[in-house]
Amino acid sequence: MADLSINFAGIKAPNPFWLASAPPTNSGYQIMKAFEAGWGGAVWKTLGVPVVNVSSRYGSVNYRDTRMMGFNNIELITDRPLADNLKEIEEVKKYFPDHAVIASLMVESKKEWHQIIKDVENAGADGIELNFGCPHGMCERGMGSAVGQEPDVLKLIVEWVKEVAKVPVITKLSPNISDILDPGLAAYQGGTDAISLINTIKSIIGIDLDTYAPLPVVDGKGTNGGYCGPAVKPIAMHMIRELAQHPEISKVPISGIGGVETWRDVVEFILLGATSVQVCTAVMHYGFGIIREMETGLRQFMDDKGYNTIYDFAGKALPNITEWKHLNLEHKVIAKINPDKCVGCELCYIACDDGAHQAIALSKDATYRIPSIIEENCVGCNLCSLVCPVEDCIIMVQTDDGTKHSTWDERTIADEVPVTFNDDRAGGKGHFVPKPTDALKNNI
Amino acid sequence: MAEYKKPTSEKEFQKNFKQKKSLMNNTEAYYESSRCLFCYDAPCIQACPTHIDIPLFIKQIQTQNTEGAAKTIFDANWLGNACGIVCPTGVLCEGACVFNHQDVPPIQIGRLQNYATNKTINTKKEIFKPGKSNGKKIAVIGAGPAGLACACELRTLGYTVDIFEAKDKPSGLTVYGIAPYKISNEEVLKEVAYLQNQLGFTIKYNSAITTKEQLKILENKYDSIFLGIGLGKTADLQLDGEDIEGVIGAVEFIEDLRMHHHKVNVPNKVVVIGGGNTAMDAASEAARMGARKTVLAYRRSKKEMGAYGFEYDLAISAGVDSLFNVAPIEIVGKERVEGVKFAKTEIIDGKLQIKKNNVFVVRCDMVIKATGQAKQGSFYELIDDLDLDPKTKIVVNQETFQTSNPMYFAGGDAVNGGAEVVNAAYEGKMAAQGINQWLTKK
Repeated sequence: MADLSINFAGIKAPNPFWLASAPPTNSGYQIMKAFEAGWGGAVWKTLGVPVVNVSSRYGSVNYRDTRMMGFNNIELITDRPLADNLKEIEEVKKYFPDHAVIASLMVESKKEWHQIIKDVENAGADGIELNFGCPHGMCERGMGSAVGQEPDVLKLIVEWVKEVAKVPVITKLSPNISDILDPGLAAYQGGTDAISLINTIKSIIGIDLDTYAPLPVVDGKGTNGGYCGPAVKPIAMHMIRELAQHPEISKVPISGIGGVETWRDVVEFILLGATSVQVCTAVMHYGFGIIREMETGLRQFMDDKGYNTIYDFAGKALPNITEWKHLNLEHKVIAKINPDKCVGCELCYIACDDGAHQAIALSKDATYRIPSIIEENCVGCNLCSLVCPVEDCIIMVQTDDGTKHSTWDERTIADEVPVTFNDDRAGGKGHFVPKPTDALKNNI
Repeated sequence: MAEYKKPTSEKEFQKNFKQKKSLMNNTEAYYESSRCLFCYDAPCIQACPTHIDIPLFIKQIQTQNTEGAAKTIFDANWLGNACGIVCPTGVLCEGACVFNHQDVPPIQIGRLQNYATNKTINTKKEIFKPGKSNGKKIAVIGAGPAGLACACELRTLGYTVDIFEAKDKPSGLTVYGIAPYKISNEEVLKEVAYLQNQLGFTIKYNSAITTKEQLKILENKYDSIFLGIGLGKTADLQLDGEDIEGVIGAVEFIEDLRMHHHKVNVPNKVVVIGGGNTAMDAASEAARMGARKTVLAYRRSKKEMGAYGFEYDLAISAGVDSLFNVAPIEIVGKERVEGVKFAKTEIIDGKLQIKKNNVFVVRCDMVIKATGQAKQGSFYELIDDLDLDPKTKIVVNQETFQTSNPMYFAGGDAVNGGAEVVNAAYEGKMAAQGINQWLTKK
């Protein structure tokens, strides 16, 4: 059976499933309950000078019948006195000595950083996470994402921390920045032992259509919150990949955060180079018990693939992620509709005709609703297969013989790319496009 | 086998006749509407006789624009609320839903439709306005689904409309002829009142048009006349003993039940003759009224019944027994009905043969004839130049619903021979447009 245990920058845990620093890690009660349920680690709700929170703190994006596809919050760091938290850290470590308890921290002055690090280490924390990501409230006071957005300041604070920290230091990055490599490199150069990302994304989750106030509404007003949940996963994955492919930053381990809810998400994060994952929204939605699905799924995947530890496949997707200019322009796929599976919704037709390349035709017989692919028009964009509601009904089939290979980069060197506005080498030159006036006749 | 106890109070009646398609609550509507794929050129729209833009109204429900959904529905079908409940959706819109092709339950279109319209009707908010008056007046004979749909549409086009109704309630068979477990009178009347309040047509109740003189007056006073007169009483079977007490037509039986509920006396043993949807309804209703034995008798095989499969299943589940390939040849009984004498039948060379040498009697206390309604033949003779087809149906132009007498338009059962509420609603609406076309051109 697969061994899920990890050693993350020196922090040992029975498995890579950690709770992110957030409401589910607000108290020792919650963390003990989570460890009992099977979680391997927890990053304590950020400690610092306690705050005063507002009432009405969370908002969500519901997509059709799916609740909390996206989620945001305007809650700040802990509002509980430090002493209470320290006492509970100690107690948790007493019951769960082999689980990872990481203290998330956010303070202002060097003196405060040095003091609080000593405090949490004394309480028994296995590691420290520096919260440079919180994009609401705290950043207005020069902390959180205000630090994450200033690589020089970020580096300086990491250096302060490393001056005194005896336990491993994880730097948590904000995605609210144009290039994640800037703070990533600053953290690395400041001497961080690991990086975690992403923190939440600045967001307005919704507007009340009667009061015109943003959600969550606090006495008629609102503010930007931090966006998370399944919707942000693709953004997180891209940023993890960027750090994991960087020659220097990749020398420190990455804890992946952002929309993780299922074992599939976990495997994807690990394939991109993360060696621990942190979860918040899924727990806020389903409770700590959601770990059962993640753990059994990850074990099944590892057994099926023959992996003993997560390090056997960590980062395995990275060699396949390249720049656009290195993609093979000779590779061709076209859509194929399986008439036995087609239910006749004709969504592929309208998606292609209105939203893509007019490469699907309706049947001329009004009683037969299975559309057909116009192969010479199909550019292989995948759209039809994405909108099709039936599993494996539309598949993309390779049509080139796989022997040819040329990339934009190679063609540029060979002077084979279009360079003027009406260049004959334009990829779409001669490709079928209906006449503009055909649109008016197309009212079938 | 009796499944139902004889109802002795309104409460017990309601229990036995619980509405089959229940009203959706907000949560159910939210989840159900989220399943719709928003098909292109959607098969459900094609399958709906009134071509409601179903994917649109479902999307509107999903986005909590319930009023917009109701408007989409009424725009296509003025009896959208009743149709959501009573339409045989399994063979119409829901039967066409693409989910059927992948063994996924189809979207519950009927219930979603009822949800949107019911909710909007309950707000009493006006969503329609009559058109600017064009000074023209139309008489509508019959306040059934066809007549009401015609009146609503004509009002939006600016016509003044007076409906002449023989009975004292609107909606025709929707209120008098549909099984009570399908729709309640309140539900039907609420919709009519809602539309009448905002569109402002008048209905003159207890105003049967039965003479040539009355028609002449209408012809002089109105610019056009719409006939939405439906069908007549249950046709005679021409059997010995048919006139004795305890023999009743299905339409009359259902009307009695719709009006008097538990006060209608249904005896212990009932025979229902017929194989159409009305026969299924009547049998089901007799069983729900506490008849200990209800027998459905049809002269051909089960396969050849005109009734929808689900209607037959519903009757069977109410405890109805069935006899196939039997024809009634005599009603037995002296002062009251005591039974029905049947002969076995056989199809020979495609023709139904009654085997007079193979007869038997089914004892019963009541016979319900569900063998079709008679046409309004004698009324048609009052109208000059009105063409009828060999089955005494009014002949109309299939697009404008104009009859051979250009002043008269017609729709509903009188034209189609007896179909669903939704068909009547469509024909009434189309006739209104036909009238508008004709009067505009004139």
